Amino acid sequence: MDSDMYADELIEQYEHPHNKGAIENPDGEMHEHNPLCGDDITIYFILQGDAIKDVKFSGTGCVISMSTASKLTDFVKGKTMGEIGGMGAKNVIDLIGIDPGPARLKCATLSLRALKEAIFLHEHKAVDAETKKL
Amino acid sequence: MAVDFERIKRDFPILNVKSHGKPLVYLDSAATSQKPRQVIDAVSDFYSNYNANINRGVYEISEKATEAYSNSKNKVSSFINAGGMEEIIYVRNATEAINLVAMSWGDQNIKKGDRILISEMEHHSNIVPWQLLAKKKGAALEYIKLTEDNTRLDMEDLKAKVESGPKLLSITHVSNVLGTINDVKRITEMAHKNGAAVLIDGAQSAPHMAVDVKDIGCDFFAFSGHKMLAPTGIGVLYGKSEVLESMPPFLGGGDMIKTVEKQSATWNDLPWKFEAGTSNIEGGIGLGVAVDYLNSIGMDNITAHESELTEYALSRLDGMSGVSVFGPGQKDLDIKTGVIAFAIKGVHPHDVASIFDNEGVAIRAGHHCAMPLVVGLAPEKAVARMSFYIYNRKEDIDRALKAIETIKRIFKIN
Repeated sequence: MDSDMYADELIEQYEHPHNKGAIENPDGEMHEHNPLCGDDITIYFILQGDAIKDVKFSGTGCVISMSTASKLTDFVKGKTMGEIGGMGAKNVIDLIGIDPGPARLKCATLSLRALKEAIFLHEHKAVDAETKKL
Repeated sequence: MAVDFERIKRDFPILNVKSHGKPLVYLDSAATSQKPRQVIDAVSDFYSNYNANINRGVYEISEKATEAYSNSKNKVSSFINAGGMEEIIYVRNATEAINLVAMSWGDQNIKKGDRILISEMEHHSNIVPWQLLAKKKGAALEYIKLTEDNTRLDMEDLKAKVESGPKLLSITHVSNVLGTINDVKRITEMAHKNGAAVLIDGAQSAPHMAVDVKDIGCDFFAFSGHKMLAPTGIGVLYGKSEVLESMPPFLGGGDMIKTVEKQSATWNDLPWKFEAGTSNIEGGIGLGVAVDYLNSIGMDNITAHESELTEYALSRLDGMSGVSVFGPGQKDLDIKTGVIAFAIKGVHPHDVASIFDNEGVAIRAGHHCAMPLVVGLAPEKAVARMSFYIYNRKEDIDRALKAIETIKRIFKIN
């Protein structure tokens, strides 16, 4: 375990997450689940043109998955779908400021995976290989 | 005779390993057990001194390998009081044992409209093979409920469902999440009286208590070697010889035949009829040595040791604020093994296991391959679990309790 994995800042995000909740009639929505540990997330967004106007998430999970979802949803507001399409695991690690290690990386990438899948679904495209690997 | 469990601990080289700079405390034996050097040495000795294929070579080392492998089956037969090695089929693990029964016995005996009865505390290995069979045959899969406190089988529900005449009852001896010991002898009697065949999943019982398949009376008993000190990749299906005789082969190939012509073949005698291809010889030999090791301690001594650890852990966890424990409690130690599933309020089990890990304590978190049970236990749809074995001591539980205190500090739980 990275000794910073339970740093006060992440615990604070976990206990007081940003953008937690559901959006009625979203433009995009996707549910993702980590069968290994039970992290469970649904992400919703509303678009303005090509960009994310609002985004929220609901679900339960560990500190890493929930605090990442909190930070990611803050980060992607105003970003275009194309910009989000280019994001990967490294961006998520940069966002939370720690590398959770191989056993916990999927916790960190779960919300990004759900968001990218929601975008693919919205655009009627098949999910790409990079996203499936998240 | 008192058993020196401190000495036993020294037989396990891995317990000298440091994890995150601290001596490793291994509390995940329900997932897989650690191995004593006697087992490790036996596997190494096989490869160093008499590695050869079995049941075919006429040369000395092949005969020695064949003898060691057959001896292992005889030891396993005695270990569970089976009727001899012809009732002991070696497979990869308990999962494969159950699949063997589903694909061979099930394919032959389950028809459209038949009912297969399992329980809500089963491991996925005793659920999914029956789902596949039920779908293929148009049969129904039914579940025996648990009591409202989720600690044990609801015997009223069990009685009603058994009396309605299922073709098969497949049930776990011990729950891998709750640690509940089911009264499989009584359940088998009830099922047989109503015409059902009975399979007992012994993956969590055979390593921890004396098992007598004749006394239980079941038709099949499945367990894994790796949970009882043996290498991975070796498991056991016990079947009554008359039932095994009546079943078609599971896999076709070498070793399982007597003769092969272009369009047909005849089957080898039991147990070889169910063991196609070269066996896991090292695993079989390792399992025999593991059984010797367990017998040298005595299964009743092992049960008593684990019960003492469980009582110690439960007595301390019960009073802790924010901590919930699942399964039978301190008053029901006679129906509980050393498996303690727990949750800490407001903390995801994955975080619990991560912080334990940082303290050098290995535990499991998640759904424990028992999703139908675990999703109903806690809002996180997952729980943390510590499980004990012969090499654990009270100090290990103290380390676990210390990790819980750390969690409560990080998450500011009073």
